[in-house]
Amino acid sequence: MAVDYAALKAGGFMRQKQKNTFSLRLRCVGGTVTAEQLAVIKQVADQYGHGYIHLTARQGIEIPFIKLEDIDDVKAALAKGGVEPGVCGPRVRTVTACQGGRCCPSGCIDALDIARKLDARYFGRELPCKFKFGVTGCINNCLKMEENDFGVKGAYDVSYDESQCIDCGVCAKVCRENAITFEDGKLIFDADKCSHCGRCVKSCPTGAWEGKSAFRVYIGGTFGNHIISGKELTPLIKDEGTLMRVADATIDYFDTHSNKGERFGKTLERLGTDELQHILEEAVAGAEA
Amino acid sequence: MADINIDQIENRADITDVVCPVTFVKAKVALEELEPGELIAIHMNDGEPVQNVPRSIKEEGHQILKLIDNEDGTYDLIVRRGEDDA
Repeated sequence: MAVDYAALKAGGFMRQKQKNTFSLRLRCVGGTVTAEQLAVIKQVADQYGHGYIHLTARQGIEIPFIKLEDIDDVKAALAKGGVEPGVCGPRVRTVTACQGGRCCPSGCIDALDIARKLDARYFGRELPCKFKFGVTGCINNCLKMEENDFGVKGAYDVSYDESQCIDCGVCAKVCRENAITFEDGKLIFDADKCSHCGRCVKSCPTGAWEGKSAFRVYIGGTFGNHIISGKELTPLIKDEGTLMRVADATIDYFDTHSNKGERFGKTLERLGTDELQHILEEAVAGAEA
Repeated sequence: MADINIDQIENRADITDVVCPVTFVKAKVALEELEPGELIAIHMNDGEPVQNVPRSIKEEGHQILKLIDNEDGTYDLIVRRGEDDA
């Protein structure tokens, strides 16, 4: 019987150079794996693989040296520990995320929560080419959002309450954009310069600066043979509903406008970004509609 | 709030002779030697220390009162020590 390699690849089984041998990619969201999952992964790597795993470039786990004839047994064994195969090929891939505001003092959003929602919404969706989502908790950008087809950076939509300010001057010093200055002892905030990093909020001793979780989105990035940096085509996105509308509009545009095997960045180089930008403006405005 | 006169603050810590993360550790140790409510002036360099140390001190539950720019590449951060359970 002929082996359907495309179906196996779609199901996370990556053909190795060794005949009838596969490296099994697992479904990992935001680089988070539970102890229970690790236990079953260990067992499968011992019993069906070569007793080790490989950590992929995008926070995933692969179990190398799985034999073709063991594939069904391996899937069943993994399922007992709540582990599913991942995907490869022209579809929505592993969603990456940092620990974000759950653990990191710099985090402005719950990156893992957003990654799980994006994964639930799109995981494995068939598209003209691979499509990568990433979520990073803040503007420090540890997860390098510009290399994703759709990268989300956590941010703060900041506001200043003069009545609580003690003029200590810390915010002006920590701001890396020179958006905050003091003139004659009075704080001046230049919102146009603000990068929404939230350092003023995090360092303010009195709570005079407040920050609401928000998102900056980068579209059409790729790292590979031809490197393209994702572009920010939307203003600061201030709520999750808008973020999901923007993601829906982006992936639908990719689905209908990309040629087979063409990464999104290449599509945007070919078509320009004006039309997509217009579509995304409507998606953002949908909040008030 | 009333102006703070740094000359009236006896407790001092100088963290200009160390680098991250020891800057914060040295400041934290100095703060722990104080009684709750006492003031301290922490002398630090421009750049990474002044960007990060104030926030870490706030997260430890201490109260930042003032950041004084000495205009010589150093700053003095005036801090009131928080309660032990802060």
